[in-house]
Amino acid sequence: MADKVLEVAHLEKFYGKKHVLHDINFSVDQGEVVTLLGPSGSGKSTLIRCLNGLETYQKGTITFEGQKIVPTEKNWQQLRQKIGMVFQSYDLFPNLTVMDNILLGPTKVQKQDKQAARQEAERLLASVELSDYANAYPRELSGGQAQRVAIVRALALHPDFMLFDEVTASLDPEMVRGVLNIIEGLADQDNMTMIVVTHEMNFAKQIADRVLFLQDGEILEQTSSKQFFSNPQTSRAKEFLDSMDF
Amino acid sequence: MAHSGISVLFEGTNFMRLLGGLWVTVKIAAVALIFGIILGIILGVLRTFKNRPLRVVLRLYLEFFRVVPTVVLLFLFYYILPRQMNFNLPADQLATLVFVLWVGAEMSDIVRGALISVPRHQIESGKAIGLNRFQLYRYVLIPQSLTLEIPATINLATRVIKTTSILLLISVMDVINIGQQIIEANNHTYPTGVFWVYGLIFLFYFLIDYPLSWWAKRLEKRRLEKANG
Repeated sequence: MADKVLEVAHLEKFYGKKHVLHDINFSVDQGEVVTLLGPSGSGKSTLIRCLNGLETYQKGTITFEGQKIVPTEKNWQQLRQKIGMVFQSYDLFPNLTVMDNILLGPTKVQKQDKQAARQEAERLLASVELSDYANAYPRELSGGQAQRVAIVRALALHPDFMLFDEVTASLDPEMVRGVLNIIEGLADQDNMTMIVVTHEMNFAKQIADRVLFLQDGEILEQTSSKQFFSNPQTSRAKEFLDSMDF
Repeated sequence: MAHSGISVLFEGTNFMRLLGGLWVTVKIAAVALIFGIILGIILGVLRTFKNRPLRVVLRLYLEFFRVVPTVVLLFLFYYILPRQMNFNLPADQLATLVFVLWVGAEMSDIVRGALISVPRHQIESGKAIGLNRFQLYRYVLIPQSLTLEIPATINLATRVIKTTSILLLISVMDVINIGQQIIEANNHTYPTGVFWVYGLIFLFYFLIDYPLSWWAKRLEKRRLEKANG
């Protein structure tokens, strides 16, 4: 039995009267890769953002590494060092160089030694083949390069758990592969525990241990990746897979 | 043509007195801008917080200083406050105080506007690497808002410098007040003196304000060029 890193129980979220997440229950084991799939507007992004405290929820509990999270801003701020997140918009800080973007978390939040943090940042940049861009500003990077830096910036805090929210959705097609390779590397070589929201079905099939299929804010299917892609149980999941061109 | 009007400027110490008046003007404007901008940045940041009572109070403060004409503010502080609250300051210090409060109010609106126009996902990605609220403002929001603020701030500075011309109303010995005295004292000997004295004052204000407004325009143009690639 692997350790449970994350456990979500009876999570409910409303936007005003609109019920956007219905009784969400799932858990993620150490080293496991879970993908959240579903049509747009199904609540995938809302759910993944709840796991990082960027969205509030009205009912239910989230337990991280055995500790039930008390959802105050202060607690989330601490937890975000362990739960890294990368977004769809490649959102580097335009006022800082690539290196300073990466160092901000380790040196200011975690108060790491500057020299050590810089070495680690250089190592991570090299791993995504962007060593030459350490002193560049974000506006000098392509979308794919910026997204790779955003991943490095999250990893520099040494999180235990990563959330990827449609990280390739706004990239040019030829940039997508490079970013996905990095995420695959993280899963395979570093055995990182992660939740990935994506529209790239081939990627999901390849990387996921398990799939959560969401529709209208409900988890309709929760099954192994193999099972989901070869033999989906619900008609909605079948329709969804048929509609995706892959 | 024994007396050409321009000579009035060089009669006795007149020119040095005018320069002295200009120095008073510039000093009041500079001190008001320095402290007003610091005050405005603090208030502007506070106005982006969610705390409702705080926002209401700061909004009222802004509206009061924006709606009430600066002359009225000066009179209020010069004539009414001393009598009602036993609050006495020399005219130039009082003028500086009024201008600091006024600049602070206007600046708070510039800062708030710039801060809330930093894209939302910048805040989220800052939070996602564990920044606390102070760090988020210090490293992400304030630096990014600066380029938006600078042109508006320079424009505010030119307005403040121009507005110092009303200081003679509370007897501050600024450049206008001294010019007025020189005109009155030399009215008989130099009937056209008024033209030259005000001409020189015009030149003084122009030499200070025009470069500022040119600089603001240039920065704004550069920012737009950068923003639009």
